[in-house]
Amino acid sequence: MATTLDQIFILLRDWITGFLPQAWRPAAGIVLGAATIVCLFPALFALAVWMERKGLGRMQNRLGPNRVGPFGLLQPIADGIKSLTKEDIVPLNADAAVHLLAPVVLVVTVFMGFAVLPMGRNMVLVDMDAGLLFFFAMGASTEVAVFMAGWSSRNKYSLLGAMRAVAQMISYEVVLLLSGVSVVMISGSLSLVKIASAQNHYTGWLPNWYIFTPWGLAGFIMFAIAATAETNRSPFDLPEGESELVAGYHTEYSGFKFALFFLGEYLAMFSISGLGTTLFLGGWSAPLSILTWVPSWIWFFAKVMVSIFVFIWMRGTLPRLRQDQLMNFAWKFVLPFTLINLMVTALWRFMGEGWERWAVCSLILAAVFVLMGKVGMRREHLGPRSYRYAE
Amino acid sequence: MGVLFYLIAALTLAGGLAVVLLKNTVHCALAVTVAFAGLALFFLQLDAQFAGFAQILVYIGAVAILVVFAILVTRGSTTPVGEVFSSSWLVGLAIAAGVFALFGWAVLESVWALPHESAVPAVTVRDIGNALVGRYVLPLEIVALLLTAATIGAVIVAMHEKERTR
Amino acid sequence: MLGEGIVKGMLETAKNFAGSYVSKERLTTVEYPEERIAPIEAARVFPFLVYDGTDWESGLRCVACQICEKECPPKCIYIDKSKDKKPDALGKAQFYPSRFDIDISVCMSCQICVEVCPFEAIKMDNEFELATDDRFGGLLLDRKDLAKSNQYYHSIHPTEAAEVDARLAAEKAKADAKAKAAASAAAAKADPAAKAEGATKAKPESPMAGGD
Repeated sequence: MATTLDQIFILLRDWITGFLPQAWRPAAGIVLGAATIVCLFPALFALAVWMERKGLGRMQNRLGPNRVGPFGLLQPIADGIKSLTKEDIVPLNADAAVHLLAPVVLVVTVFMGFAVLPMGRNMVLVDMDAGLLFFFAMGASTEVAVFMAGWSSRNKYSLLGAMRAVAQMISYEVVLLLSGVSVVMISGSLSLVKIASAQNHYTGWLPNWYIFTPWGLAGFIMFAIAATAETNRSPFDLPEGESELVAGYHTEYSGFKFALFFLGEYLAMFSISGLGTTLFLGGWSAPLSILTWVPSWIWFFAKVMVSIFVFIWMRGTLPRLRQDQLMNFAWKFVLPFTLINLMVTALWRFMGEGWERWAVCSLILAAVFVLMGKVGMRREHLGPRSYRYAE
Repeated sequence: MGVLFYLIAALTLAGGLAVVLLKNTVHCALAVTVAFAGLALFFLQLDAQFAGFAQILVYIGAVAILVVFAILVTRGSTTPVGEVFSSSWLVGLAIAAGVFALFGWAVLESVWALPHESAVPAVTVRDIGNALVGRYVLPLEIVALLLTAATIGAVIVAMHEKERTR
Repeated sequence: MLGEGIVKGMLETAKNFAGSYVSKERLTTVEYPEERIAPIEAARVFPFLVYDGTDWESGLRCVACQICEKECPPKCIYIDKSKDKKPDALGKAQFYPSRFDIDISVCMSCQICVEVCPFEAIKMDNEFELATDDRFGGLLLDRKDLAKSNQYYHSIHPTEAAEVDARLAAEKAKADAKAKAAASAAAAKADPAAKAEGATKAKPESPMAGGD
């Protein structure tokens, strides 16, 4: 019974494709899976938009929207209808072709990232050997879309926002990759399916998730910081900061194209939460060995929704970082710490089982964190002002 | 298999042609991105997964962005008023034909021009990793040195400018 | 240590989030228009005319002296004086406004009309839900709309109304006392013993008695 519920989507897919001739079945299965992803994740996007508005409201001592349906649940639908019926304004001097293509490229590359996430036991759309690399490749392609959006608007401020966004995304992309590499080192494979199943073991009651190891915790924190910066979320949302650049690279977009950008941002949040869940939080495995009867896909989506809530929580708490503070943080703290984490992971692997490796690795990481926090994030002391007069 | 190859080839050639035929420089940069994507699809079609995804990650994710930044910084984004084709196109054609002949000869004479490809990926990521730190470790270290030199150079160039604005 | 501030901040927001479901002070939203905050006593929006008693026409305190019309900065008050007189609260015959219009789209709630009125006839209301879609007269309040009873005045500004009533009562007492003194003096003069002096005294007294 538990296994049936766990595999219910696989069984459903097999039943539907059973009606087709044998040669068409694999392709039809993949098409079915892709259609499910394309329908499911925008629905989750609507849920996330509702969660964000209500959650942020509650954190800011106010109610969120509560008029449009019970508890405001139909508010995302109202927003969708609004964005569909708004006039699509394209500036006169804007590059119309690139202006149209930018949100399309963004949404397409973000959707592609979902193809390699294992959403349950045996529930991955495409099981690639180099799945993690594929995911990062799709993430890198979104930068091109952001640049296209900013440049095609022929607006100095949009271009500035796009440049900032691209610089931020490139810097934190390195960190994202390096934190992923430490997981690959331990699990021995780039395939996300293998990484998720490697964490599906339990010592006693507790799971063997990578986050419960010293290097895993450090890696997860760095991954979370980089993920927040990759998706342009607070506190790294200077490229789309409303008080700085109106809306950054998507200032000149209205109506449905803007909705596509919004969709792209939230989908990127989902996909990177899915990746973080798979790499560090055990993917679809249950938190306690007694809870394995609950279907695996419930655990995966629960973990993803918790990650989304943490994103919203951070947005409600932290003020925005300035561009130079952002970059300093990336290159002077996060990147060196991630490199040292990589070395500590190697140490972990080669030290063999036992309490020694726990003690040594934890000690090294804690010491480096405190030291680097003091050294790397030291603010420069500005000397006395000097004036330069026009002669 | 053949149809897919021709489709990807058409995409890549279209991208390549667009690079030289379009007027707007940033459009050319986007077209070269399309050409890179076509190359990545070729790698994937040949089941070289690592090479394909690395191509996307590096070329589209970094080199294309670099090209675009370079165009923007050097004010090449204004539409050029001159002719798209230069006056010395005959010489250019001769050089291009010569280079093409050289590459064609090299490809046809090489040992790997087999008529049938196998469906199973012959080279996995593990094999690439083993080769990199085993047989090809010296080139790896030299490339690392080159990259370090490039990074230090970039930092020095940027720092120098900051001191000049005193 | 790096990250300490972030953790403290996130704990505070978590407290806000969880507390907003249980305690009122963490969720200060008042869901207008289903709920309303009680207005404070000194709140003021637009003026209204006070009337004593139950009939608004006869009890209206305003005597159309037009001081508020002249003092109003944006000139939103329009008064037409009546031709006849009617008795006021003190019993004297006074003019009354046959038309008293305030254009509340112009009124800036400065309260100058209230401050200059010698008769405590115009006071500030605190009703603000007066929006209408009638562009050409919906925001022009006339005499009937503006007249509200003294009980209403007590209900919205109790302290002020009590003071005003006390002042008016004191004035009325003083006027009554003066009238009684005048009446007793007149009665004394009307004595047959001082009839001759009463006749000579009555003449200079009559203009005083019949004055304002």
